[in-house]
Amino acid sequence: MPPPDRNADRDQHAAILLEGVGITFSTSSGPLRALDGVSLAIRPGEFVSLLGPSGCGKSTLLRLVADILAPTDGMISVAGDVPASARRRRAFGFVFQDATLLAWRDAERNILLPLEIASDTHNARQRAQRLLELVGLAQFGGAYPWQLSGGMRQRVAIARALITEPQILLMDEPFGALDEITREYMNLELLRIWEATRTTILFVTHSSPEAVFLSDRVVVMGTNPGRVKLDLRVELSRPRDPAMKETVEFARHTAALRRALVGETRPA
Amino acid sequence: MGAVQVAARVAPTRRASPTTRLLVPALGILGVLSYWELHIRFFKVPAYLVPAPSLIAQTFVVEWPTLQRNLGATVIEAAGGFFIGNAVAILLATLFVHNKTMERTLFPIAVAVRTVPIIAIAPILVLLLGNGYAPKIVIAALISFFPTLVNMVRGLEAVEASALELMRVLSATRRQILFKLRLPSSLPFLFAALKISTASSVIGAIVAEWIGADTGLGYLIVVSTFEFRTGLLYATTAVASFLALGLFLAIVVLERLVIRWQPEAPKR
Repeated sequence: MPPPDRNADRDQHAAILLEGVGITFSTSSGPLRALDGVSLAIRPGEFVSLLGPSGCGKSTLLRLVADILAPTDGMISVAGDVPASARRRRAFGFVFQDATLLAWRDAERNILLPLEIASDTHNARQRAQRLLELVGLAQFGGAYPWQLSGGMRQRVAIARALITEPQILLMDEPFGALDEITREYMNLELLRIWEATRTTILFVTHSSPEAVFLSDRVVVMGTNPGRVKLDLRVELSRPRDPAMKETVEFARHTAALRRALVGETRPA
Repeated sequence: MGAVQVAARVAPTRRASPTTRLLVPALGILGVLSYWELHIRFFKVPAYLVPAPSLIAQTFVVEWPTLQRNLGATVIEAAGGFFIGNAVAILLATLFVHNKTMERTLFPIAVAVRTVPIIAIAPILVLLLGNGYAPKIVIAALISFFPTLVNMVRGLEAVEASALELMRVLSATRRQILFKLRLPSSLPFLFAALKISTASSVIGAIVAEWIGADTGLGYLIVVSTFEFRTGLLYATTAVASFLALGLFLAIVVLERLVIRWQPEAPKR
């Protein structure tokens, strides 16, 4: 694999750009270096997965991009802006591992939450309805979270993240809590939604097959401190088909990821 | 084998029909009252010691104008104290959640007020505020205040970390976080506290009336005890307990109207 492309032209037009990003948390047992020297450029419309074991800082990285956390060092640019500005102009949506729906709001009113907070009421209900249709829940606008299955709740969360029409979607293990069958189905649904909306997706997962199946690129991260170990371009054609998972090509990709994950160096 | 046994044990737990659920307790109460009546008639217990249920019922009808007049006073005091005590508790809890210094300053005072026995504080307040409604309302408020303060602080803080991250990503203001996230998610905690407050506010009002009053159920209890009008004493006690029950049921109905969602499903 070639090293990450450092092409200046691409960097300028990057949807997400990280340069030497690090973060140190102060804990009761002293400072903890959670991320160190992370550089990454993600093109507009690209689907990139962050893959790594627990504690590699992949969720932290996502929170740095989302301006939930601030980096100790390095530079982050999101949609050509500093993360705080990108957040305020709603350039990205965020999907959490647990759907984080508000229990007292039905699906439609959960999807409307970002618009309410932005005081953007123009055609709000029609926009919510269109998104309910996009995520395949047209008939479930009036259902409360407790009435929905795990997969359905995550669809609502995706619709909520998309309602402000962000250029970028940040997803933190969104299907990690789902059973395998639902997860595979949600992967296909996500690709369909991605192709319909043409957003840039940065997707955190700890499943290699999921990362390969979904992504244009898989970034493997290592621990202590969290850093990029491998940036793998996925050479599978689009649209993706679940049958691809049985191909040698697919196995070659997951094997490369596995080797990077267990810390083996690839022979050149 | 174990599974079969468990299934066999679980299967017969079906819900009792509505008639059974009402009939069984009603029969229980009827049984106690019948025994009470028969015991007093058989052993010829004097009425000034323990009145028979029939005498209490009779007193209830004969003395209803007196009971009603005194009930009115206690309702004003208990309800007034309930509203004031809980309103102050809710406002203070909201303040505490937003200002930790304020919490550290005022919470010990709240605890100190709580530790002073109501019985001890009542004469002081009667001296300060006179013989009217004011000291009763203050005492009912004091007794209602603390459980609601503690529960409300817990409720406002019982917000999932990811929900707060969501509000951050949506660039919500503190005011929006309060009204769209913290207050709705605190409502189940608030109602739990309000239910406790209903009974205690009635207790507070009655205790305050013992110290100094010329009207109210507490006053009636003191007077009927001194005059050995035991039938009236028991009837007044019954009215006081119906008052507490009525307030409790009012809160239960309000809770049903307000909380229409199912609380969070148990965590995986």
